[in-house]
Amino acid sequence: MEWLTQIRWSPYIVGAGIGVLSWITFLISDKPLGCSTAFARTSGMLGKIFGKKRIEENKYFQKFVPEIDWEWMLVLGVIIGAFVSALISGDFRFLFLPSKWIAHFGNTPVLRFFVALIGGILMGFGARWAGGCTSGHGISGALQLAVSSWIAAICFFIGGIAAAFLIFRVF
Amino acid sequence: MLDRLHSKKGLQLFIALIAGFLFGFLLQKGGATKYNVIIGQLLLEDNTVVKIMLSAVVTGMIGVYAMKGMGIAKLHPKPGSWVTAGIGGLIFGVGFAVLGYCPGTVAGAVGNGAMDALAGGVVGIIIGAGLFAGVYAKLLPFLNKGSFKKLTLPELLNVNEWIVIMPAIAVIVLLLVLLERAGL
Repeated sequence: MEWLTQIRWSPYIVGAGIGVLSWITFLISDKPLGCSTAFARTSGMLGKIFGKKRIEENKYFQKFVPEIDWEWMLVLGVIIGAFVSALISGDFRFLFLPSKWIAHFGNTPVLRFFVALIGGILMGFGARWAGGCTSGHGISGALQLAVSSWIAAICFFIGGIAAAFLIFRVF
Repeated sequence: MLDRLHSKKGLQLFIALIAGFLFGFLLQKGGATKYNVIIGQLLLEDNTVVKIMLSAVVTGMIGVYAMKGMGIAKLHPKPGSWVTAGIGGLIFGVGFAVLGYCPGTVAGAVGNGAMDALAGGVVGIIIGAGLFAGVYAKLLPFLNKGSFKKLTLPELLNVNEWIVIMPAIAVIVLLLVLLERAGL
């Protein structure tokens, strides 16, 4: 069982594992892997605290009802699975600043948190605009040969590579 | 065939939790829960993320289409248009580079102990999704423009599925072999 405590596995093993996991979810749950709607539903659940009526009347939340569903549980599972994997391989640590960030922008956590928040807002907005994320479109949609998913996945990387070069190479 | 299993709500939520656990476990083992690995991919210094995604796509494609052929699984291709996938994809991409995680890996990163993923990433994605919900009704006519009528490539090309799957697998495998040969 030594492989379970290794810090890193080959990306091909990991990828093939995710592929097989997709077979299982398609078969026993009739669901593709996907993560971003869970964030939208959470947003609706939190929004209800401030104004129930506004959320209930919102067209988007009528389509994606703010409730704990299959994908929401999947995302919860991802947190736990990554935690257990990190813990048993001694790779778990509280991290405030990634080293690649420090090398370029220094070690002020406040700046990193602010930028991460902006990035998250763009990503949440873009994911729901595109109708999926790196898992829903990039893996599940692409493996189904979905037209929208291949376009979305290619655009994720065009936008991501362009922005990363701008952030890390120009500034 | 498994309709009865699919309709058991509580059991399905439990299956989702287990599937998520395995997904998160794999992502962490692959290094995809790390900001450095994801930014390394977007700066084209480290192809870990692309290797994981493409091998998942190849493996998944074979099994899911085989099960579809046997009549035991159904496809769920997402509808969309150039406006949704193209523009939404580009906005997502910029967010991907600014945040350094995606919605799945940000959850994995939280499990890995990354506080920027929790306090910045998760909170930001929830706010961003909420903002989108706020403008959705107004955006709708624009989003629906030119929606794809054929949802998958085999339907679009009007050919047998395996005529697309086989070359797709060949191209992806060749690309991965070339990446390895070049030491990338």
